[in-house]
This record gives sequence, C-alpha cells and structure tokens, in this order.
Amino acid sequence: MTNRGSVLGLIFANMHDSHVADLTKARTMGSILFGGRYRLIDFPLSNMVNSGIDEVGVITKSNYQSLLDHLGSGREWDLARKKGGLHLLPPFSHVGSGMYRGRLEALYGIWDFVENSIADYVLLSDCDIVTTIDYEEVLKKHIESLADITVVYGRCIVSMEQAKCATVFAVNEDGRIYDVLINPQISGACDVSLNMYVISKKFLKNIVMEAMSRSLYSFERDVLQARVRDYKVIGYRHDRYFSKIDSMNSYYKANMALLDPRVREKLFLEETPIYTKIRDSAPAKFGFESSVKNSLIADGCIIEGTVENSVLFRGVKVGKGAVVKNSILMQDTEIGQKCDINYVITDKNVAIGNYRLLTGSQFYPLFVGKGASI
Amino acid sequence: MYVKKECVAMLLAGGQGSRLYALTQDMAKPAVPYGGKYRIIDFPLSNCINSGIDTVGVLTQYQPLVLHDYIGTGQPWDLDKIHGGVHSLPPFQTALGAQWYKGTANAIYQNMSFVDRYRPEYVIILSGDHIYKMDYSQMLDFHKKKEADCTIAVLNVSIEEAPRFGIMTANEDSVIVDFEEKPKQPKSTLASMGIYIFNWEKLKKYLIENENDENATKDFGKDIIPTMLKDGQKMVAYPFEGYWKDVGTIDSLWEANMDLLNPNIPIDLYDPVWKIYARNPIMPPQYIGPNAVVENSMICEGAVVYGSVDFSVISPGVTIEEGAIVRDSIIMPGSVIKSGAVVEYAIIGEDCTIGANAVIGARPESIINKSEWGIAVVGHNVTISENTRILPKQNIAESI
Repeated sequence: MTNRGSVLGLIFANMHDSHVADLTKARTMGSILFGGRYRLIDFPLSNMVNSGIDEVGVITKSNYQSLLDHLGSGREWDLARKKGGLHLLPPFSHVGSGMYRGRLEALYGIWDFVENSIADYVLLSDCDIVTTIDYEEVLKKHIESLADITVVYGRCIVSMEQAKCATVFAVNEDGRIYDVLINPQISGACDVSLNMYVISKKFLKNIVMEAMSRSLYSFERDVLQARVRDYKVIGYRHDRYFSKIDSMNSYYKANMALLDPRVREKLFLEETPIYTKIRDSAPAKFGFESSVKNSLIADGCIIEGTVENSVLFRGVKVGKGAVVKNSILMQDTEIGQKCDINYVITDKNVAIGNYRLLTGSQFYPLFVGKGASI
Repeated sequence: MYVKKECVAMLLAGGQGSRLYALTQDMAKPAVPYGGKYRIIDFPLSNCINSGIDTVGVLTQYQPLVLHDYIGTGQPWDLDKIHGGVHSLPPFQTALGAQWYKGTANAIYQNMSFVDRYRPEYVIILSGDHIYKMDYSQMLDFHKKKEADCTIAVLNVSIEEAPRFGIMTANEDSVIVDFEEKPKQPKSTLASMGIYIFNWEKLKKYLIENENDENATKDFGKDIIPTMLKDGQKMVAYPFEGYWKDVGTIDSLWEANMDLLNPNIPIDLYDPVWKIYARNPIMPPQYIGPNAVVENSMICEGAVVYGSVDFSVISPGVTIEEGAIVRDSIIMPGSVIKSGAVVEYAIIGEDCTIGANAVIGARPESIINKSEWGIAVVGHNVTISENTRILPKQNIAESI
C-alpha cells in the first residue's frame, strides 16, 4: 500500500447465507468449503493480506463456530500481529437485540473497533466472490477519482436467476455509477457488484451515523441506491477471473471451473497465494487400481477407485472399484467400494456405503448434507 | 527464570550425510525432503511433541541454512513455546575461543548450559536421520521403571544387517551386558537406534570426563556408552517394535520413500493421533490431467500431473508434463519433468528441471550387468538439458 496500515479490511462473513441455504445450515457463507482445501473467506482475506492490508475485522452474525475454528488467531494468513492483525467481531448488542439487519447496523455495532483503527480508509468485502484482486489498485482509483465510495464490479453475462441475487450498476464513461438495481428482473451482459467497497473512514462514519438516526440499515438500498446522485460513487472494473457464489448451481460450477488450467493460473498466483488453515494431512495416496483424470485432489485423500472431473477435499476416501464422476466431495467423505457417484456434492464427513448409486444432474447436482450416512 | 522440565530432547542434526552425495551438497541431512511434503527432521520433531516433550535443542553445524529456515520458530510442530520449544544450536564462540562440534558427545558438552537452564532429570538424545514413529514417553517410563542410568532404544535386525549398527547384548532383565560398535562378528541382533535417555547429572559427568580425555573421539557410540558400561552403570535396552529406517544412503532413502507406497509396511502417515507435522506449502490442491495415469503413488498439493506416474512419490509443486513418464522414483519439491522425459529408479532433488526427452536412470531388468545398476540421483537446483541420458548410479550435482 502507498501508506502501509492505512486501510482497514472488514469482511462480512454472513452476507448471502440464504443463497446457498444447504451449505450454510451449520456455517457462515465465509466458511463454505471451496476448491479442495479452501473456505470462501480465504479469498477476501488473502487478497487483503496480499494487498498489504494487515488489519482485518471479520463481522459475523450467526452459525460462526466453524468460522472461528477456521480463522483461529489468523496466523495462517500472517494476521496474528501485535499491531493490527485479525479481529473477530461477533454481533455486538448495541442495536436492539444485537442482531443486525444489514451492513450499516453491523458497522454501527462495531464502530468503536473501526474508530480505534489508525486506518484512513475502510475496505468492505463479502465472501461470495472467488477471485484474486489487488486492492491497492482499487484504493489508488478511489483516491485519484476523489470518490466518496468506490465499488468493485465485474462484467459478466447473467441469467434471470443470477440477476435476482445480484446488484447491478449502471456506469457512465467516466466510471461513475448513475444507477443501482438491486435484484433486478433482467438478464444478459451486466456490470455486477462484487460486493467490495472502498470508503474513507470519515465518510463511512457519516453514512453509518446518519443511517442510524433515520433507522436505515441497508448499505445497498439506503446508501448506494438512494444516494447515488448525491454521492460520488465510482466503479472499479475488475477484469480478472471471478466467480460469484449465489446458488448451489453456481457453487458447483465455480468448483468445476478450477479444473481448467487457465482458471487456476488466474486464481492461484505464485506472488499472491491463497492462504488457508493447515490441516497437516499426509500426501494423497493412489492405490493399485486407481484411475484419476481431470481432477483436483487435496492432501490426505486415499483413492483406490476411479475419479474423473471431480474436486476432492482433504481426507476423502474412494473405495476399490468405486467410480466418482463430476462430483465435489468435501472433507473426510468416504465412498464405499463399487459405488457409482455422478453429479453429487457431499458435505463434510459423509459416509456412503458399498455398492451405492447416487446420481444428480449437471444443472441440479445431488446434495448430501453434513455427516449423512447412506 | 526457566520453568523446570522433566526431560529435554537434544537432536543431533549437524552431520553432513556425505553418503547422500548431491542431495546433501547444500543442506544438512535432516533437511532432505522425504515422503513428498516432509523433511527428515519432521519425524523426530513430531515424535517429540506427540510424546509430550516440548523442549528440543537441535544441534546444527553442516550447511544449516535450509534447516534453520525450516525449523524457524518451531510453529509447525507446535514447538513455539513460551517455556521450552525448539531451539537451533549451532556452534558458537566463547571467551576461550571458538570450536566446531567435534563429535556427538562434544556437541552436547558444548550445550550443557542450554540443558541446565531447564534443570531436567532426563535428557533424550535423538538423531535427525531416521524415519520412524515412536512414543518417547513410553521409553522414558521404561527408563524410570528400570531405574536405569541410560536407556538405549534397540531394534531387532537381521544378522546380515547387524555389522552396520551398534550391537547390544542384553540379559532377560533388559540390562545391557555388552556393546560393540559395528562388530564384524555380531554377538546379538539388537541394534542401537541412536536414541538414548540419560539421567542428566550422570551424563554431564561423563561428558566432562570425555572432554578432558585427549584420546577420546567425543562420540556417544564410541566413547560414552562403552565407558559407562565399563564403569558398571545401569544400562538397559528398550525394545522398539515398528517401522524404523535409517535414511543415510541413497538406497535407503529411496527405499524409505517406496515403503510409504507399500500397504504391508507399517508406517502410517494418516493416523490422526500421531500426525507427522511439517511446514506446509501454500499451494492449491494437486491437479491430475485428463490423460494422466497415476497409480500406486503419493502425490502432494501443488503438483500438476499430465504424464504418467507409477510407484513414485511426487512432492509439492512438482509438474509432470504430458508424455513424461515417472516410475519408481522420488521427485522432490518444485521440480519439473518436461514432456517425453523418462525418469526411472531415480531421486530428483528440489527445483530441478528435467529437459524434454531426457532419460534418467533405468529399470534393473534393462541393465545386463547388474553391478552397473543403482538409483540415479539429480541434486537440487539442477537443470538436465533435453535428450540427455543419466545412467543408473550416476550422481549429478550440476546442470548439464
């Protein structure tokens, strides 16, 4: 960063939980498992750290046990620091019951923490975007364009379904946002919000305090949308690879996209690694009759069957003669002998007995919940 | 003020490991990669923490950079402790001058003040060149129960192997009555594993005496153990059953890696209660390509495999290009095997590039004169140019 320590990162771990309700039953959006060894929060967190942001607050709401467990002291992201570092911010009982309804209430609840930071700028991010982004560039644009708020957006083709879960911007040629559509009924090429914002701390304070005095809580609705003409809202177009997790289908696709080497090259760069919690698993082991094609395999897997076009998380076991295709098997899933598994997503610790046949479809993968035994 | 510890571990990691040739040219033997994501020293360090020993001095001397870097604060092994933890102990200068560690016993002698700070009853001496999982706390219990002055962990080896080891003869009460270092005609098959527990005050006395003896070799096996035995100290043999492998030679290092692929050999890295910890790479999961063939192998995160791999250990960040063949080999972290290259019965060091269509090593069945056959070795940071042939038994330390 131009001025190290001048940006405070704030991550909202629970935003969009409802979009992937199956996966967030017992966890936050941020702690959804992704890509064989990661959790979604690893991406915003690593991006922040790789952009020189060394003070990060993680705002949670509910179901955050797995998130706290994952983050610990923040050491794995190099955020176990004396100055700055990682701060976990569970709901704070300032506003009514303490359960915030939107970003503004959440920010109000933790404002003392924000106030105490020496940072001049605040970077807000959710956990629903898988990407590699240099926030230093975003901040640069924010400062140069004298923006009140800088929003990060990406251009992509969205379906009607996806748009319903998205915020879409209208951007003029100067990069200024002149219209904000929340969950619109549209489809086609759109400038979709990546739910990352840069604001000066001073400006954010004004917004938050004013909102509280008017009982407003939604940053998108009550600030971005309502005040788009009053405030100078500048768009930063993120042209690198990104995927947005807003449904089970997009979750499936985003995982499968990692099988494409071009996607991996854009997401996992040597200079900006994606950090995650270490599990100290042994290397993956491939047995005598194993056959693995076009798959991502994490440490600790023991594969004795066939695996194709799949993503296997740490500690997955695939029995002899079993065939796993087009599937995502999360941590410690065990597939019995001679099973036939196609288009299936298993959550953590799923056990599938011998000779089972499970088939979903490409557009509706079959989901097996955490700890289920079949 | 240092908190008292019952037992302090001293890990001898200063040896050159000259029989690993190119692989120990720039790093000490305990830092040599093993089993893909590990380094040899991960085994004794993990055994320590898993056994409840949280104070470890690592004696370093030969090429310590990689080793010191790797140990760091000891955090990967949970050995970054406020009281105790892991400490790298290279030779140092004193008011009386500076000297290298002249032998295993001398290395401990020079660091007596490190051990004394923790006022331990016992000290366990370990070495950094063995692959094994062992609960030292059970050995310590044995030592206490036998009221011994020194306990030596022993392994039953075959009579053919015995001349390579320090061989003990023990009575039915496990008391050692005879010890011979590398005997030509072994009287027993109980081999010393190089793991000793001593009563610290007693060991100190012998270390000082040994230091003052000008003719002494300053070595545990050659001096301290025989002298204590001669003096009638109570020395007992602690029988160890389980997997244990000295990885001091190219052949044994290769075999120890291959043992990981053999389901009948009892070294289980997947046991959740006795994890072997390591400094983990920060890399995405491994990717196995659409035309890859992978069988009977161990592959680590960050590896990318497009070619075929059979009976091999593939470390983090290794790339095996399409059309490359790797068989019965060990590829250490970060190396690239270019398309069309064939690697058989070989050890490829860290960050090497094996050029397209190069041929490294050979299968024993393809060599007529069996005496010419052996494991081919390519050292660390070596580039082998295209179409080059590296013969079995060859040791390549520089790019060609």
